[in-house]
Amino acid sequence: MYTQALNNPAVEAGVEDEEKLAAFQARIDREEKIEPNDWMPAAYRKTLVRQISQHAHSEVVGMLPEGNWVTRAPSLKRKAILLAKIQDEGGHGLYLYSAAETLGVSREELVDQLLSGKAKYSSIFNYPTLNWADVGAVGWLVDGAAIMNQIPLCRCSFGPYSRAMIRICKEESFHQRQGYDLLVAMMKGTAEQQEMVQDAVNRLWWPALMMFGPSDKDSKHSADSMKWKIKRFTNDELRQKFVDATVPQAKVLGISLPDPDLKLNEETGHWEHGEPDWDEFYNTIKGNGICNKQRMKDRIKAHEDGAWVREAAQAYAAKQAAKKSAA
Amino acid sequence: MSEQATPLWEVFIRARNGMSHRHAGSVHAADAEMALQAARDVYTRRGEGLSIWVVPSAAIIANDPDEKGEMFEPTASKIYRHPTFYELPDEVANM
Ligand SMILES: [Fe+2]
Ligand SMILES: [Fe+2]
Ligand SMILES: [Fe+2]
Repeated sequence: MYTQALNNPAVEAGVEDEEKLAAFQARIDREEKIEPNDWMPAAYRKTLVRQISQHAHSEVVGMLPEGNWVTRAPSLKRKAILLAKIQDEGGHGLYLYSAAETLGVSREELVDQLLSGKAKYSSIFNYPTLNWADVGAVGWLVDGAAIMNQIPLCRCSFGPYSRAMIRICKEESFHQRQGYDLLVAMMKGTAEQQEMVQDAVNRLWWPALMMFGPSDKDSKHSADSMKWKIKRFTNDELRQKFVDATVPQAKVLGISLPDPDLKLNEETGHWEHGEPDWDEFYNTIKGNGICNKQRMKDRIKAHEDGAWVREAAQAYAAKQAAKKSAA
Repeated sequence: MSEQATPLWEVFIRARNGMSHRHAGSVHAADAEMALQAARDVYTRRGEGLSIWVVPSAAIIANDPDEKGEMFEPTASKIYRHPTFYELPDEVANM
């Protein structure tokens, strides 16, 4: 997920060797995986660095809206679950950064791109989590959308990314289920708690649909990514899969989805849905969403506040090494 | 006569693209290049691999097996990390 592919297009000016290019594409067409030491076109490498690092940044920034509720979780059980879930997201970021590093970029460079605002992360994490039900709605809808996106990425042509995605997908089921379970519990509660669930879903439904990226007619990266088998489905196809899977779950939960155009097409079996507000989407991507500034401020602060820890650890390691070589 | 011991290397092999390298065993060799060639001869005589990593055995840091209790205990008590911890309504049970 979180691969809305929103930076500038990765059109490479350099000229690639035609024969190498053809051999590379033939490997992809045979469903062979590409590994870090294999020859690859510069544009393939660049696209992957951008996509994998955006994905990693999203996992890391994604800890913030949920972290907002750790100290206010309504029970020890929910608090432990939420902490475990957030810890997983941090882990996902690390799996992905390490996959990106196999392409020859350093961790420091990638972190710097995030903190300087050069790199993007998913628009969804620029929305606030206003009530406790948001924690459940994030698990159900945001992780649910992530799963839709990430399952086909397990078959991505680049080996390290595909292996990271397999690891991540194994952990996502817990994320979605704990969210849904939390909402089920609230729906069994008071009228006020039920309203909180509806309120959370009303606010997060459209941003969740935007997670799949712009509509196919406006998506600038899809063609290359599909040809290289980094992507297997278009943004709109994945969005449709998500809507089809989620509408029945909303019904079981007993809430409505905030889309008056939502209706089942009996012939296709698909749920037709309205258009997300793309102006809001692009505005959020540009940095003007509700929480963009807060998120960046928090990430920068976390990084700067951690500087002394990194320094102390290095100083300790250097001291130990000096001791050892003196002995 | 005291002969210098030949360094030990751990060998990791990728069976085919798409898989991660897996530990296969070890070889003795005087340098990295000879270690790679020895690993090829010892572990991939029948096309077992497409890629080999050799790592000086001394560079591998392992946890102390006597302390594996403390090392891994925290994970055992966190049953809520597993999807099966959550009982969902039947209609959505395959989520
Ligand atoms: Fe993710
Ligand atoms: Fe994640
Ligand atoms: Fe997740």
